[in-house]
Amino acid sequence: MAGPEAKTNGMGKDLIVYLCILALAGIQFFIAYQDISASQMFVRMLIVASIEAALALLFFMHLWENRGLKWFVLIFTVAVILGMQYGWTDSYRILDGVPWAK
Amino acid sequence: MSQADVTIGSHSALMEKPAFSVPAKKMAMWLFIIADSATFAGCLVAYGFIRNATPDWPRPFHSITNVALMTFILLTSSLTMLIGVQSAEKGDKAGAFRWTMITAVLGILFAVLHIREWMGMIGEGATLFHNPWGTPLFSSLFFSITGLHLLHVTSGVIALIVVGLRYMGGRYKADDLEITGLYWHFVDLVWMFVVPLIYLLNLAH
Repeated sequence: MAGPEAKTNGMGKDLIVYLCILALAGIQFFIAYQDISASQMFVRMLIVASIEAALALLFFMHLWENRGLKWFVLIFTVAVILGMQYGWTDSYRILDGVPWAK
Repeated sequence: MSQADVTIGSHSALMEKPAFSVPAKKMAMWLFIIADSATFAGCLVAYGFIRNATPDWPRPFHSITNVALMTFILLTSSLTMLIGVQSAEKGDKAGAFRWTMITAVLGILFAVLHIREWMGMIGEGATLFHNPWGTPLFSSLFFSITGLHLLHVTSGVIALIVVGLRYMGGRYKADDLEITGLYWHFVDLVWMFVVPLIYLLNLAH
C-alpha cells in the first residue's frame, strides 16, 4: 500500500514491541505480589496496562503510521480512561456513605 | 472490469477521500473496536464500583500460573498474526495462511485453558449466582466479564479460520486479513485490562 497506509516491513520492531509488552505484563504480575493497598495496586496496574495498550495500538494495530486516526483513537481512549478513573474514585464516595463505612 | 469500475475509475478525482485516509471497511472495524472498547470499559467500571462498595470482597485466586500462561499465549498470538499479515502483504499466500492458522490454534488453546479454569471454579461451587467465598457479585462479575472476553476470542478464532481459508482460496485479499488482525489485536488489548483488574487484584495474599 502507498501513502498514509504504507507500513514499515520487517519483524524486528514488532518483536521488540512484543517483548516490551511481555515484560510489562510481567511487571503487572510482580505488582500483584506487593504488600500495598488495593487502590494503590489498581493505579499501578492501570498505568502499566495503559502503556501496554498504547504499544499494541501504535505498533501492532499500526496507528503510529496513520496520524489522523491516531489522534481520533487517542482522544477517545483518554476519555474512556478518565471516565474509568472518575468511576473508581467516585466509588469511594459511595463507600463512605454506606452503613458499614468507618 | 465492470461498467461500474470504469465509471468510478474515470471519475476518481471527483470522489471524496476516505476518512483519515483509511479504507471504508478498515474504518468500519475501527469504529467497531471503539464501540466495543466502550462496552468493556463500562463492564470494568461497573466491576470497580461494585468491588469497592462491597465489604469483604473475596480474593480467591491462589495461583497465577494459568492466567500467566493464558496471557503469554494471547500476546504471542498477536505476534503470529502480525507475521501472517506481513506475509500476506509480501504476497506469500502460504506463509500468511500458515501464520493465520497458528494464530487461530493459539486462540483455541487460550479458550481451552480458560474453560478449564472455569470448570475448576465451578467445581469449587462458584456459579453465575453463587459464590462459596462470599458475595455472589464476585462470581457474577467474574463469569460475565471473562465470558464476554471469551466470546470475543471464540468469534475471533472463527473469523481467523474463515478469512484465512477465503484468503487462501483467492476470495479475500491481504487487506481483509489485516482487518481481521486488527480485531485480534483488540481482543489481546482487552485482556491486558481484564488480567490485572479481575485476576491480579483478587489474588490471595
